[in-house]
Amino acid sequence: MKARTIRRHFRESLKSLSRNGWMSFASISAVTVTLLLVGVFAIIMLNLNNTASSVEEDVEVKVLINIIEDEQQLKAAEDKLIQQVKSISGVAEARYSSKDEELNLLIEKLGEEFKLYEQSNPLRSAIYVKAEDPLEILTISEKIRKLENVHSVVDGKDTVENLFGFLETARNIGLVLILGLLFTVIFLISNTIRITIIARKDEIEIMKLVGATNSFVRIPFLLEGIWIGILGSIIPMIAVSVAYHNIYDALAPRLKGQLLQLLEVSPLIWQVNGLMIILGIFIGLWGSFMSVRKFLKA
Amino acid sequence: MISMKDVYKKYPNGVVAANGISVDIRQGEFVYVVGPSGAGKSTFIKMMYSEEKPTSGDVIINGKNITKMKRNQIPQLRRELGVVFQDFKLLPKLSVFENVAFALEVIEEHPKVIKKRVMEVLDLVGLKHKMRMLPSELSGGEQQRISIARSIVNVPKIVIADEPTGNLDPENSWEIMKIFEEINTRGTTVVMATHNREIVNTIRKRVIAIEGGMIARDIDGGDYGYEG
Repeated sequence: MKARTIRRHFRESLKSLSRNGWMSFASISAVTVTLLLVGVFAIIMLNLNNTASSVEEDVEVKVLINIIEDEQQLKAAEDKLIQQVKSISGVAEARYSSKDEELNLLIEKLGEEFKLYEQSNPLRSAIYVKAEDPLEILTISEKIRKLENVHSVVDGKDTVENLFGFLETARNIGLVLILGLLFTVIFLISNTIRITIIARKDEIEIMKLVGATNSFVRIPFLLEGIWIGILGSIIPMIAVSVAYHNIYDALAPRLKGQLLQLLEVSPLIWQVNGLMIILGIFIGLWGSFMSVRKFLKA
Repeated sequence: MISMKDVYKKYPNGVVAANGISVDIRQGEFVYVVGPSGAGKSTFIKMMYSEEKPTSGDVIINGKNITKMKRNQIPQLRRELGVVFQDFKLLPKLSVFENVAFALEVIEEHPKVIKKRVMEVLDLVGLKHKMRMLPSELSGGEQQRISIARSIVNVPKIVIADEPTGNLDPENSWEIMKIFEEINTRGTTVVMATHNREIVNTIRKRVIAIEGGMIARDIDGGDYGYEG
């Protein structure tokens, strides 16, 4: 194909958008509305997923160490235990906390009156363990229980299991919703584009009658599909960017220290915008391709 | 130039539109294809530009057996032919100029050549001054002239016309016939299916009459031969 023919296809695809004004407008509007939905939903899901991940990452087990009167023996036992815990496969972090540190934590949490115990600290020193894969934490805690000098392991088994169960369900629902939305979007938009192309069936027929090859007919339609995708994603990209920027500015300071944390505006907005424009182009192309194909076969 | 040998065409609904047609049309001839409605005229015409494929037999156009052509070779065949339809088949959103130029854009002709050729043929059909108009702004006769201009812009050796005057009043029909005669005198073969008795009987040419999918008559300088 000659360069000027490619230029002609570009020119024709743009001209055709304006020639078929209302039809193009209908397709672009369909893309706009659906991509707006996709964009908003993607932002919500990514934020929820982020929160879920950070909650999971915070899950840790507390290993309480046996009390040994002799300081040196205790130190040796603690060091050995830390090494043993660290050597368990899947352990990401094993952080030692002496009994004094434990008491300080308690005072911080429950109040000054617990300073009373500073004279004679009844607490045990502890090791806080995090897993590389948070879902493995209960398996790891089982292994730790069997080690020497372990008094007990606080893993909040029920709480952890409930939390993980909840997070998994939430993610699955999100995934199903996103997939459902995507299919609906692809169906809706390609249908709209199909209707606009059906209206131009005669045009394709005439092109073929004067000897246009299939690719000569197809390319301007495909380019038109791409333009529809790009034009349709402009408003959603601007709207989602501006809205998330404002929401972030308003909510992020208030959410400090809370469970729910908003993702930074950048790179999230770029990712979501990228997703929308790629999706728009893909759907535009696909809708055009499928519709033109039908008429070229005939 | 155009040759059909034992051509047989049966549609899926059982209608036999060509029942052993054999015919030869030489370079530079002007041929009317006549016959009652449903006799197989349109199928005869459509098989020449591969819009319909015969069930059996051979159709040879410009030395090529088009019944054996692959789907991707059909565009090439159509570029060597000019086809004119009863309903004009113009692109409604393109201007007169663009409609005619389209047949040359398809063969990736240079824009300068396109402009020159389009102007020439618009001049021939007498519509150069309306080149910026849309088809909807023209009369039926003018639209058919544009359609003819498009069919000859790439200088085909054969122009095939399927009832080109079917939608036109007598005055416009004669105008169109003048253009076809002009094209023919320049050496182009013209094959025209028509119901227009007056034209066939006035401008005497070879007449091929088709009835029941068979050639009933084939006479040089013949008449229309049917009532009405």
